[in-house]
Amino acid sequence: MSAPLVIAGRSFASRLLVGTGKFASNAIMRDALEASGTEIVTVALRRASLSTRPDAFADILDFIDQDRYLILPNTSGAMNAGEAVRLARLAVTAGLPPWVKLEIHPDPAYLLPDPIETFRATEELVKEGFTVLPYINADPVLAKRLQDVGAATVMPLGSPIGSNRGIETRAQIEIILRQATVPVVIDAGLGAPSHAAAAMEMGADAVLVNTALAVNGDPAAMARAFRLAVEAGRSAHEIGLAPTGTLASPTSPLTAFLSPGPS
Amino acid sequence: MSFSTAFDRLPWESWQDLTHTATAASVRASLEGAGPPMTRFARFLSPAAGEALEGLCQASHRLTLQRFGKAMRLFAPLYLSNECVNNCKYCGFSRDNPILRVTLTVEEVIREARALKERGFRHILLVSGEHPRFAPNHYIADCIAALRDEIPGIALEVGPMEEEEYRRMVEAGAEALVVYQETYDRSAYAIVHTAGPKKDFDWRLDTPERAYAAGFRRLGIGALHGLSDWRFEATALAAHVDYLQRHCWKSQLTVSLPRLRPHAGEFTPFTQLSDREMVQLIAAFRLAFPDLGIVLSTREPAGLREGLIPLGITHLSAGSHTEPGGYTGAGSGNLHRTKRGRIEALSEAEAGHQSATGQFEIADDRSPEEMALVLRRLGYEAVWKDWDCALAHPSPPP
Repeated sequence: MSAPLVIAGRSFASRLLVGTGKFASNAIMRDALEASGTEIVTVALRRASLSTRPDAFADILDFIDQDRYLILPNTSGAMNAGEAVRLARLAVTAGLPPWVKLEIHPDPAYLLPDPIETFRATEELVKEGFTVLPYINADPVLAKRLQDVGAATVMPLGSPIGSNRGIETRAQIEIILRQATVPVVIDAGLGAPSHAAAAMEMGADAVLVNTALAVNGDPAAMARAFRLAVEAGRSAHEIGLAPTGTLASPTSPLTAFLSPGPS
Repeated sequence: MSFSTAFDRLPWESWQDLTHTATAASVRASLEGAGPPMTRFARFLSPAAGEALEGLCQASHRLTLQRFGKAMRLFAPLYLSNECVNNCKYCGFSRDNPILRVTLTVEEVIREARALKERGFRHILLVSGEHPRFAPNHYIADCIAALRDEIPGIALEVGPMEEEEYRRMVEAGAEALVVYQETYDRSAYAIVHTAGPKKDFDWRLDTPERAYAAGFRRLGIGALHGLSDWRFEATALAAHVDYLQRHCWKSQLTVSLPRLRPHAGEFTPFTQLSDREMVQLIAAFRLAFPDLGIVLSTREPAGLREGLIPLGITHLSAGSHTEPGGYTGAGSGNLHRTKRGRIEALSEAEAGHQSATGQFEIADDRSPEEMALVLRRLGYEAVWKDWDCALAHPSPPP
């Protein structure tokens, strides 16, 4: 059994976080969450009802059992720190936990996070008592600055959201992993279980997937595959991979005769 | 430099050449991502690409699924007024058309919006003819402000305004602006826009930039097919998309590709866009601009809409009415004709009319509920709410 993932003092057995966009129905999403074994589910606040009144036409939260999953509201749609902070506050007013996945991406084409606004919003929300999980580009210095001001994790992207291209920022993520004092969650671009396994083998504390499940023909089955990949990758990391090299290492070395043999 | 300044210097001949001379091999290369977006787009419009339509559509479907998932955003138009100072030969609201007109009061607009909300809509497009006296800017701002606590996403499709006026609309609570150039062909534009402020091609062309500067998040542009050669219109619309994506980089762009529909008046379209060409057009936009929203309205018939949905559509209207008061009967007591800016009461014989005249006839009259079921059958989730004006506004309006 792998060690639990601990974020802001709370333990999670699963190291797979799942997003809820792009599914063909809320019921299909619910089945995928179940199969993934996840315990942390992100929801875009712009799709949920932000009033305390139920809304049958914005009822995504009704499909996520809040006793079972930690709902992590995300601020997707916010263009700057002020808007993200406002959304996080609204989420709490609507009864959601004071946790927030901070997403500020003013460029709708690539959805790349704005580092300046993300830093400002993290500072403010931490001061207000939120547990803040900021989505960032794989920038090691930004990651350190965010952990210095109290971010609960950092969530660097592997490649742009929804691109399914895997970990294209590997060299930068390796630096973040070497330096981080908070959990590192690889957030975007993981399109295949092998990408998730690779992230975990590298030493990521967790991964987040969404598109790869939601647009698959069988989201629940793919969610299971990701679950297994995350577990396998984490185990491999904890055990330690055998070193890699370009030269073969013979099992019968040519210098064996130099070792003292039985006399 | 604004788009109207750049417009006449764009490499039209080179794009036109590509749309005519592209080969199967160059279309394949473009499908694999070779070349800048406009080059690829021009090739996707070519007859050679038309012969490879199935492959284009498969690629377009895959890309749409990856980028937008299995979610379809639904919206409905809410017509505020069909008064208009423009004469546009193709439009039922043209000022010289002797149609039944009305401008809803703000209270009637709220009633209409509530009726739409009952049916599920959380995204409403407020539409109005352009009339500074009957539907002035402050009236439009009042309508937005009155709805904003109840409707999370408010878009506008009204006469172009100055940046300062647009700022008022954003402050009132609007998040998206829709403005179609109608035709990008200057000579066709001059022929069909015979009177009113809409005659100014360049002013209209720069409208999305003014809206962006004023703070609109989503910009919708489009060309009305039937006024000029479809390949030219499409190329120009794509060039506009390309320009806005670079210069208005924080806005989410959508395009519409409406075809002229029957309406009051006797205009016959100059050109035709066939169903097959429309399919090619949608695939071309998706393949060249993967992140672009593509809107499909109820102008198109049910069967065609279902076929187009998987090819690249991201936003869909449903159960639409194109007359003010269409959802509740609001305004029926104030119907009149307008002649030279003056209201003329209806004759006694006409007094029994129940509703104002619509802008055009819709072709898919299925209800929002039916549309949601159709989407489910096609494997899509109907997304009613995908925005919240709380994002952009710190407090309720005063």
